[in-house]
Amino acid sequence: MLKALHKTGLVFFPAFDWAIDPTHPEREERLLYTQDQVTEEGVFDIPGIIEYKPMLATAEDIRRAQFCVPDEAAITTESHLISAGGAKVIADAVMNKEVQNGFALIRPPGHHSMRVSHGGRGFCHINIEAIMVEYIRSRYGVKRIAIVDTDCHHGDGTDNIFWHDPDVLFISLHQDGRTMFPGTGFPGELGGPNARGSNLNIPLPPGTSTEGYLYVINHCVLPVLNEFKPDLVINSAGQDNHYTDPLTNMNFCAQGYAELTTLLKPDIAVLEGGYAIEGALPYVNLGIILAMAGIDYTGVVEPDYNPEKLRQSVSITDKIKKTTAQINKYWSQRFQMREDAGNPGEIQIRHKEIFYDTDNIFERQKERVRICKDCGGCFEIDPRPPRGFISRVSTFPSTPISFAIIPACIEKGYEFFDSAPKNKYHHVFLMDRPKGNYHIK
Amino acid sequence: MIIGLDVGGTHTYAVLLSNKGVEKSVKVTTDHADLFSTVLSGFTQLLESIDPAQIERAVISTTLTTNAIIQQTMEPVGMIVSAGPGIDPEFFRTGDHYYPVSGSINHRGREKAPVNEMQIQDIAKKMADAGIEYVGVVSKFCVRNPSHEILIKRILNKYFKKIFLGHHVSGNLNFPRRIATTHLNAAVFSLHKSFFEAVKKSLTEKGLTVPIRILKADGGTMSLEASMHFPGQTVLSGPAASIMGAIPYAPEAQDAIVLDIGGTTTDIAFLVDKAPLLEPVGIQRGRYKSLIRSLRTDSKGIGGDSTLRVKDGNLTIGPDRQGPAMAFGGPLPTPTDAMVVLNVMDTGDREKATAGIETIARQLDLTVDQAAEKVFKTCCTIILKKTFEMIDQINSQPVYTVHDFLEGYKLSPQKILVLGGPAPFFAQKIEDLYQIDTLAVPNSPVANAVGAALARTTCEVSLYADTEQGIVTAHEEDFAEPISKTFSEDDLMETAYTLLKEKAINSGADPENLEEVEVVEFQKFNIVRNFSPRGKIFRTKMQLKPGLIKGYETVLH
Ligand SMILES: [Zn+2]
Ligand SMILES: [Zn+2]
Repeated sequence: MLKALHKTGLVFFPAFDWAIDPTHPEREERLLYTQDQVTEEGVFDIPGIIEYKPMLATAEDIRRAQFCVPDEAAITTESHLISAGGAKVIADAVMNKEVQNGFALIRPPGHHSMRVSHGGRGFCHINIEAIMVEYIRSRYGVKRIAIVDTDCHHGDGTDNIFWHDPDVLFISLHQDGRTMFPGTGFPGELGGPNARGSNLNIPLPPGTSTEGYLYVINHCVLPVLNEFKPDLVINSAGQDNHYTDPLTNMNFCAQGYAELTTLLKPDIAVLEGGYAIEGALPYVNLGIILAMAGIDYTGVVEPDYNPEKLRQSVSITDKIKKTTAQINKYWSQRFQMREDAGNPGEIQIRHKEIFYDTDNIFERQKERVRICKDCGGCFEIDPRPPRGFISRVSTFPSTPISFAIIPACIEKGYEFFDSAPKNKYHHVFLMDRPKGNYHIK
Repeated sequence: MIIGLDVGGTHTYAVLLSNKGVEKSVKVTTDHADLFSTVLSGFTQLLESIDPAQIERAVISTTLTTNAIIQQTMEPVGMIVSAGPGIDPEFFRTGDHYYPVSGSINHRGREKAPVNEMQIQDIAKKMADAGIEYVGVVSKFCVRNPSHEILIKRILNKYFKKIFLGHHVSGNLNFPRRIATTHLNAAVFSLHKSFFEAVKKSLTEKGLTVPIRILKADGGTMSLEASMHFPGQTVLSGPAASIMGAIPYAPEAQDAIVLDIGGTTTDIAFLVDKAPLLEPVGIQRGRYKSLIRSLRTDSKGIGGDSTLRVKDGNLTIGPDRQGPAMAFGGPLPTPTDAMVVLNVMDTGDREKATAGIETIARQLDLTVDQAAEKVFKTCCTIILKKTFEMIDQINSQPVYTVHDFLEGYKLSPQKILVLGGPAPFFAQKIEDLYQIDTLAVPNSPVANAVGAALARTTCEVSLYADTEQGIVTAHEEDFAEPISKTFSEDDLMETAYTLLKEKAINSGADPENLEEVEVVEFQKFNIVRNFSPRGKIFRTKMQLKPGLIKGYETVLH
């Protein structure tokens, strides 16, 4: 009898009436054929697979993870809130043990949306996984969480949000940034001084096939997870590594995705990108659902699948092996790297440039972080979108931030906030995560 | 005048209605081993001293197919399924003669792998040798492109008596349910055919020559001829009959709950502005899931004859029935006994009922009256709790658009209609307990037969238009036509309405009952390739809503 070996929760929210614009890849039709395939397969009838209705995420949910400038309402639509709310619903189902794992098939995606969000970047306005992670941490007191981002693009938003957080391990597998938006995610990007090594970026050469992906999973991701011992594993399940994806150059397939899911055993998977809506998504999504539920997926094969044509070259294999070895080395040195990063109490400055491709904003950020050996420290961000480049936000907003556990870091965080001159900024925000407070000056 | 006959679990009721109301009703005991005699004796008694020429319409609701499923007396039939990529079709095996074959169609209806004609020939011979007479053929995504099913049928034709095709069953996607439903149609076909041919013959001999209509699970009727293609649709028409019987008493522009409280079970359903709520995909009961259009009903194993027990100091009711109430000579106490004790009911042997409730009272450390009161109240609570759970479930049904998420209809019933033997007693109690306007449907046992008699023809069409591929289809209706790039939403609706009307007339609808048309679903998508628009996809489902035929509704008040 057909039955889920693991009880699996699904939120399916294709937002059939929402698009960035009519011919944009992130449009109404994106999950249509996935819905057709999943419905025709009778997936929602399988005992042990439970479909949940999403809910609306609130401004409070977003404020645990991000600063929206000028505010949440200005840069989100209902569709974003339902998408984030869908992930929350799956998180509740998993945390309340109604299901063993869950998959949020939602759109729009979120992994390019950063700590400070001015609008749309890489089709993302708010960061779905980050909002979900912070919800889980505040609602259920879970401490250690691992996010494995298997979207073909560097999950730079999630990377950015958890940059200073040693309790969230963020691993991103993506096509090499030299060949792909957003152009970041190199092995040396390892997280802030207080959390070095808790962000691992694994660039893969164009043409990487199933063999390469599974090599990285087996030889890097799984051993790292095994040492990190997360309480929860989250998969940002982007599907644009597929060999038919129009935006990328990789050779991954539905069987590969299902196998990756079986190996990774995520507690929660959240759909990210994936724009081969006819030839890939129906099969990849079905494969992931079956893999999560522990149902045989060997029959889920794209009609035009030809493994011979997709085989990766020896030089690609070599490159992947080299990158993997390098990442493993960084990981083994993470505590030393944190030790060497600076002295407690010291303030370090980082400059960063961020481009919003969707909303055409070019922003320079100045970030100041307090070095701490006992917690993630606290930090302040001064995001400065220059005049003329701003389409939506015609202001110079500023955003001091605090995320700290020990009193000295909390104190410094409030100092950042209090000392920001009101006349110099349109907006001054403070996020006090331990207390769950969000202040606006 | 019109006739309605409803075969129930214990009794079969038949009614004769004129535009003045119920003219006559009869009751016969249901003989499950010989339903033909039951139906015939219902008609015989009803038509006694009635001129058959006065009868304009006759509707029958039977338990024939339901029983065949429950008692597993369905005929062995063959199934050929072609799945393509996806879940292993072996999981959906219907019996020994079940053959997954090659060939594949994708979600857009494009052929991805051809049918292997030799393979089909071989299977046909094998099944024919095994004595198989009826075969179902189902291919994945046949509702988008039925060509494989049609081709396979052509090969099978000379070997078998009748072949049932998956794309005729429903316009809905769901391959496993389509297999189960096609199999059901094939497996009950000969039973259904011989039964109704016998009924028709006997009625003709009595001079009753009007077309026989059969009640379906969705509370609508179909002609006997139409039923031959989809005999599975007659499954669970019993609950449908009672819900239809409640409609005359339902409020307009409001939601209502329908409770049919029987001996062992209570059926629960909902009406929205006098129209019953339908299952989103099809009938499901436990593990059995189908694409058969059906009213949204669920049942709870509790009724007037449910056995009362005390376990660890707690009162339990049902789900079993060990016989009638003690007040009517049964072996164990029941909710009916409690009602007799409380003088809510004034029939039955009060002494015996009291003796029964006393055993319960002793274990609960209560007086007899207190115990009876507790039983009665608990009964109502259990039924209403289940009802509220169903409402929650309906209201938390997933939706797929931002609009539906924000504006979706929320069911909030303001009235309860109770049917069944103990209806009047329960209605009062429920109203007292829940402060919801509650009405016992008058003349309740006959209401089912009235519901059947007055049910109008229902049907649904599903259309799919793809301007990139230049075609509009309704494969369930064997309809496909070329369209131009400029095909619009209005064009689609017009085509849908034409097809719906045609289907309704073919299923036996009267032209005056074709107005209750509803667009169940409409979706529109741009097809974009390489960042430029290539066409549009339109999808719609349009139905003739279940409801009552005109001209009779008011006479029942
Ligand atoms: Zn991506
Ligand atoms: Zn600290």
